[in-house]
Amino acid sequence: MSNGIAVDLRNVVKRFADVCAVDHVSMQIRDGEFFSMLGPSGCGKTTTLRMIAGFEFPTSGEIFLHGKAVGTTPPFRRNVNTVFQSYALFPHMTVAENVAFGLRMKKTPPADIARRVTEALELVRLGDYASRRPRQLSGGQQQRVALARALVNHPEVLLLDEPLGALDLKLRKEMQLELKSLQERVGITFIYVTHDQEEALTMSDRIAVMNAGKVLQIGTPTEIYERPVCRFVADFIGETNFIEGKVESVEPSGIATITSDDGLTLRGQTIRPVAPGMNVTLSIRPEKAFLSVQEPPPGTPNCYQVRVERIAYIGSDTRIDVRLGARLFDLWEQNSRSTLDRDAYWQPGETGYLWWPPENAIILTE
Amino acid sequence: MVDIQLPQSVRVAGGERRYSPGSLALGAHAILTLAFLYAPIVVLVLFSFTRDSFGVRWTGFTFDWYIRLLADQRLLTAAMNTLIVAFVSTVVSTIIGTMTALAMERYRFRWRTGLDALLYLPIVIPEIVMALALLAFFAFSFGLLETLFGIRLQFGLATVTISHIAFTISFVVVVVRASLKGFDMRLEEAAQDLGANEWQTFRYITLPLIMPGVIGGALLAFTLSLDDFVITFFTTGSGVSLLPVEVYGQVKRAITPKINAISTLMLLVSITLVFLSQFVQRREV
Repeated sequence: MSNGIAVDLRNVVKRFADVCAVDHVSMQIRDGEFFSMLGPSGCGKTTTLRMIAGFEFPTSGEIFLHGKAVGTTPPFRRNVNTVFQSYALFPHMTVAENVAFGLRMKKTPPADIARRVTEALELVRLGDYASRRPRQLSGGQQQRVALARALVNHPEVLLLDEPLGALDLKLRKEMQLELKSLQERVGITFIYVTHDQEEALTMSDRIAVMNAGKVLQIGTPTEIYERPVCRFVADFIGETNFIEGKVESVEPSGIATITSDDGLTLRGQTIRPVAPGMNVTLSIRPEKAFLSVQEPPPGTPNCYQVRVERIAYIGSDTRIDVRLGARLFDLWEQNSRSTLDRDAYWQPGETGYLWWPPENAIILTE
Repeated sequence: MVDIQLPQSVRVAGGERRYSPGSLALGAHAILTLAFLYAPIVVLVLFSFTRDSFGVRWTGFTFDWYIRLLADQRLLTAAMNTLIVAFVSTVVSTIIGTMTALAMERYRFRWRTGLDALLYLPIVIPEIVMALALLAFFAFSFGLLETLFGIRLQFGLATVTISHIAFTISFVVVVVRASLKGFDMRLEEAAQDLGANEWQTFRYITLPLIMPGVIGGALLAFTLSLDDFVITFFTTGSGVSLLPVEVYGQVKRAITPKINAISTLMLLVSITLVFLSQFVQRREV
């Protein structure tokens, strides 16, 4: 009846007083999927998550859990569990008591509780910490207790509200991989809310990018990054250079030629149909453009002689700002040359040839 | 309780102590302040053990006054009444006060600020005003009940208890609200998320976590009720007597070391309760 759809949101709206926090959101989250809601703070992602958990009820629209409309079912009657950003571990209980809480509330027989709690703690590698209090644990360990406390209930869906936000960068990266592998092992649908695009890209099967209460794009990490549907998505996920212009012509292959506002002729890949005369934005990611010392052969597309304005060496890459017309154009070069070859890097003031294959740039209509 | 630390002597390099005039003056000041606060109490306790029947001179040590105390039926009845009133009013005001505190901290509603002010008012209005108001209120309602329904009610333990509940609720609210300030409401959401209904959430999460505040509020209410004189005096009526009023009555006749002895015992109970409440509130969850 649910056809492999774990959570189905249909036209969900949530208004707080005069603010529309969630604005006609529709999405379908598949069974066993790692699904992320990604967006800046205030985009409605947490409110959407809280509506799935039952802490908020939609102003209009409907949410279905495995085909069943949940309406105004309170959180304690939904087979959905949440991992909170602040972990929200019960400070007056031991780790084991925290994990056992959900099972106790469901009147599970004590023997089963003991066994499942042990299993859940083993799953998050905290078997030896059962009798500790939450405050005796590190942030990462508390995080794992919160996970065990939710997973022990075998929820239909696990909701995670920026669960790694409070951890330091290195631990966060470790936990990202751990979360992903955990999700693959238990096979439970994860809905993950984050404002960290890298986190979303690393872990998710699919991502919904949200802004101002609306879902802008739902897709795999590759789709979201490589073929963003609008300027906001292109800008929010990763970094990019935007060049505004007007469409001159479109080839059958989908490559369009545009004239920028400052008179450059540029070519890029269209994603949605465009017609000559339309105002569009060309988006080219910094790692998809190249800077050559020697002039590329005649006929190379998007080729302009440019001056290096600034460089920033960041270890793995060098970030180079070049002047292209009226703007600074950002491009990244991987530092793949020999460590001894100190003179092989660009210096400010040098000139080079900027170019990119047309399919490396995309043309956005909004 | 206030932790008073005597100023430490100044430590100079090499570990040698040196007393500067300033630090000596500071020490003297602290000792004098303590003496000012506690000397009367020390005298009171000391003279509960004197043989002198006027209790003003030290003529030798005796437990006699404490033994006589146990033979004083009036005093014992008054002590029993005091404990009953304190116990009942504490239980009731703790329950009402805790519920009020939870509502005030949790919900945003109309007139919330106004209600807030009303809750604090009983703490600041003069006790005599509160006492007279209660007296007038009871007299008025008893008269009304008698004219309307022919029911005759009298002042007694019930009126004192109700009055004590009325003036201790505010204190309970203040103490419980203070403990709720640090309470993470997301813990309640977490409990509900894990399948606990509203009652289970309160029973297993909220109450255990605010328990130190609730016990602190209850102990405060208990001590306040135990030694209240003004409100008790106005709301007991004749025939029933509570300890502070009874002590006052006996003092009017003659000051004997027996009064010192009963006061010492009351002091002991109050101090024990205050220490208990400090201990409970300081114990971390």
